[in-house]
Amino acid sequence: MHRFANPARFLRLSAAVLPWSALAAAALIAAGLYFALFASPPDYQQGESVRIMYIHVPAAWMALFVYTVIAAASGVALVWKHPLAHVAAKAASPIGACFTFLALATGSLWGKPMWGTWWVWDARLTSVLILFFLYLGHMALMNAFEDSSRGERAAAVLALVGFVNVPIIHWSVNWWNTLHQPASIMRLGGPTIAPSMLLPLFLMALGFTAYFVALLILRMRAELVARKVRIARMARVHAPAEMLRPAPGGAA
Amino acid sequence: MRRFFLIVARELRIAFRQGGDASLAVGFFVLAAVLFPLGVGPEPNLLARIAGGVVFVTALLATMLSLERLFQADYEDGSLDLYALSPLPLEAVVLAKCGANWLLAGAPLLIAAPLLGILLHMDAHGLPTLIAAMLLATPTLSLVGAIGAALTIGARRGGVLLSLLVLPLYVPVLIFAVGAVDATLQDLSARPHLLALSGLLAAALPLAPFAAAGALRQALE
Repeated sequence: MHRFANPARFLRLSAAVLPWSALAAAALIAAGLYFALFASPPDYQQGESVRIMYIHVPAAWMALFVYTVIAAASGVALVWKHPLAHVAAKAASPIGACFTFLALATGSLWGKPMWGTWWVWDARLTSVLILFFLYLGHMALMNAFEDSSRGERAAAVLALVGFVNVPIIHWSVNWWNTLHQPASIMRLGGPTIAPSMLLPLFLMALGFTAYFVALLILRMRAELVARKVRIARMARVHAPAEMLRPAPGGAA
Repeated sequence: MRRFFLIVARELRIAFRQGGDASLAVGFFVLAAVLFPLGVGPEPNLLARIAGGVVFVTALLATMLSLERLFQADYEDGSLDLYALSPLPLEAVVLAKCGANWLLAGAPLLIAAPLLGILLHMDAHGLPTLIAAMLLATPTLSLVGAIGAALTIGARRGGVLLSLLVLPLYVPVLIFAVGAVDATLQDLSARPHLLALSGLLAAALPLAPFAAAGALRQALE
């Protein structure tokens, strides 16, 4: 694992992966959208608004997946002090928050025609809203300290504590029998969803994952470059001052 | 064990000598709850309906306010470094500080809660459940809040940040505590809700000190 701890090696490797993951994301999402919008049948109960699901469900999966990635990266960062793990957690957090927001917003748009309300205080919806606040807290804590490495470590502890929410979200529809429909894909006894609907759903889910990988790499690279710029600027600020300062008598 | 109680005693002594921030929590609790009849109108039925929720939401906020300085003062004057060096594990120090915080901030809420319940026209047979739920909920709030307090040591705008971190984690406690009171008021059994609250406390009691101590170590590094 520490093979990739060297940022220079990571930059080289990620430069190779980035275009492929971006291409895969574009192709998969384009194919997924075609099947979702044109080549799949409308639902016999929900009509055309079932098509919101092809965005909503993958976004919700990604919301959980990204948080899991953050928690794993935080664990790695705290245990092995892997230098890139904090960068990964920091880069992933806003992406996860956006996916969570997307899941909440599309769910709300779907809920209005289907349930007749924008929002219900159902177990699934509430726990996802809490996940959204956890993302916000993670981002806020990351930037709350003068010393950025202190913020990263604090945010890592928070990410691990907040991970208790992920299984709660996952099983909330089974534990509390409220309005949100129970799982129809990842369940014992196989999915209860028509194959014509399953195909666009999986294409979109894979596309979203590839999109996340591309964006994560891009943001990690940007963060590493930003650090380089910061160090270079510091060096430039300090170097002339050292040279210009007249030999100090007892400056501490 | 002696060291553990020494820390608790030290916290209590400091609080009594300074009339510390913790005792203000109960003042905030009462004041914030009293705002609700003024805000939503004094109609008894409406107040009785929302009384349980109001009491627990304000208790939550009051606990959070009392936690803001839980480790900050010790961090600033250096006693936290001494705690970290002492033979007592940092986890036990956190537990001691949470215990002291609960005695100073949580226990007074317990006494004030039934009074607020009466003030908000809550049915008298809901009051024992209210007290029981408060008794189980407030230690959990102190323990979970300690994680947030440890994480935000030395942060800019620590107070606002603490609320953003801690309030989402308080939601399960709020749901089950209010559920217990509402169940009693509707003549249902409050037992499952109280058991869930006990479960949360039983999980927070060993786990929260570990997370908070981990956060403290990061802060002292």
